[in-house]
Amino acid sequence: MKTIWTIARRELGAYFSSPVAYVFIVIFLLLTGFFTFMVGRFFERGLADLLPFFVWHPWLYLFLVPAVGMRLWSEELRLGTMELLFTMPVTPWQAILGKFLASWLFLLIALLLTFPMVLTVSYLGHPDLGRILSGYGGSFLMAGAFLAITCMTSSLTRNQVVSFILSVVICLFLILCSWPPITDIVVNWAPAWLIDAFAGIGVMTHYEGFQRGVIDSRDLLFFLSVMVFFLFTTSVILRAHRA
Amino acid sequence: MITVEKLTKRFGPKLAVDNISFSVQKGEVLGFLGPNGAGKSTSMRMITGYLPPSAGNVSVCGFDVVEESLKSRRRIGYLPENAPIYSDMSVLGFLKFCAELRGLFGDAGNKAINRVVQLCFLQPVLHQSVDTLSKGYRHRTCLAQAIIHDPEVLILDEPTDGLDPNQKHEVRTLIRRMGRDKAIIFSTHILEEVEAACTRAIIIDQGKIVANGTPDELKARAPLAGTIIVGLRGASWQSVEIELGKLRFLERSELISESDSRVTARLQPKGDLLPEVLELAQRQRWQVEHLNVDEGRLDDVFRSITLPDTKRVSVQ
Repeated sequence: MKTIWTIARRELGAYFSSPVAYVFIVIFLLLTGFFTFMVGRFFERGLADLLPFFVWHPWLYLFLVPAVGMRLWSEELRLGTMELLFTMPVTPWQAILGKFLASWLFLLIALLLTFPMVLTVSYLGHPDLGRILSGYGGSFLMAGAFLAITCMTSSLTRNQVVSFILSVVICLFLILCSWPPITDIVVNWAPAWLIDAFAGIGVMTHYEGFQRGVIDSRDLLFFLSVMVFFLFTTSVILRAHRA
Repeated sequence: MITVEKLTKRFGPKLAVDNISFSVQKGEVLGFLGPNGAGKSTSMRMITGYLPPSAGNVSVCGFDVVEESLKSRRRIGYLPENAPIYSDMSVLGFLKFCAELRGLFGDAGNKAINRVVQLCFLQPVLHQSVDTLSKGYRHRTCLAQAIIHDPEVLILDEPTDGLDPNQKHEVRTLIRRMGRDKAIIFSTHILEEVEAACTRAIIIDQGKIVANGTPDELKARAPLAGTIIVGLRGASWQSVEIELGKLRFLERSELISESDSRVTARLQPKGDLLPEVLELAQRQRWQVEHLNVDEGRLDDVFRSITLPDTKRVSVQ
């Protein structure tokens, strides 16, 4: 546990010791603001909820989460520090979890800094705070799922750009699987079981519930199992690097 | 402390390390020599538990590096090749991180950091970012990391690579001093380093151990080891050669240079030649200007052992 925390703290330190962290947070906040107010027509809707805020998160995370996670293992491979790390008394799982948690925590910080959104909507009306909380929870889980995917892609290559692109492609696939404009087209010719299968692995289906304030254990399980699966894959890839 | 048994590593069809066995005791400093690509780094990576062996066993302080990996890793300090360090940290931050991974927190951690900062002369750059360090400081920072927990076993992969002569000397002195109560393996290309710091050396070529002994033993295997080089005045090579031919213990003599009435020659003995030569010189009233018994050079041994067969000079 202490080891995981030591590694996580180093990773967090690495974020904040470079301007990247601040740039990222600023971009994230600007974009959420822009999408919520300009594209999501927050004011025109006249409803005291944060739907126009949460609905954009998958698209923002599509690019921002890979940007946060792409260096996690690529950097270790490029610098050769992986050899240092794994000859210390550290198990692969401690290292993987430490790095993952650090980035997840970083994303949480960025997400929590959107609190003025909540203040605004509370000032303007009487929003359902439980629904907002579950929205945040869903958003955080989705970020974790995307991050686990990025962890895996960054363990594949020493090149951060390659890791970024691979990760975006996989995340995009998971989004489009259950994105209505796509599923509406496919529904005309694809068999029903295929549609269901894709909807099952699509993040949109599972994220929607959280926005509506419904915490379904299946959605929870979905995001957690995506994380576990991709972190496990990461451990397999890391082992393959050393064989 | 370190026991390596029939260690083998294959990368696909390529045999990188081929069935090597050796052991290192406490108080020994083992020099690992060999041409590039001979399998030095691969062997060291297996000993530190980074690479799993294809066959064979390594145990460190009685713990198998595969079966009881964490226990053995706790007892090893490792300086990987090229001294990798996280580039986004300060020297102090990096050492602190390593100390904590080694289980040294708070006071114990600070004490350990102070100790290695002094040992590796890192005081001037303590708060500098690792990115901006010179190669020498980078190397020493990584070396500091390896000894931060005062390990019983030290594995150093080219610890003096890229250092200037003064720094090389410092690191060598450090290794020799630590070698008194640790088991140390270090690899190098620089043969004088082996003589300066090692109690024993192994030469490895194409994945196999081709020589194993003290530096003196290895030197004795040099093709010219034990030959006598003698410089004489007041004689010509013709007359000297005739007189030398009468000696009992001379195998072969060879002229190195001749000018005016000075002769320098190399004499290959087949017994106790030296007194005979001295006696002869006295009898013939040759003035001995210099006399030197060649100890053999590790360079020659290294070259003669590790060159491809076609170029191989005969050894002994």
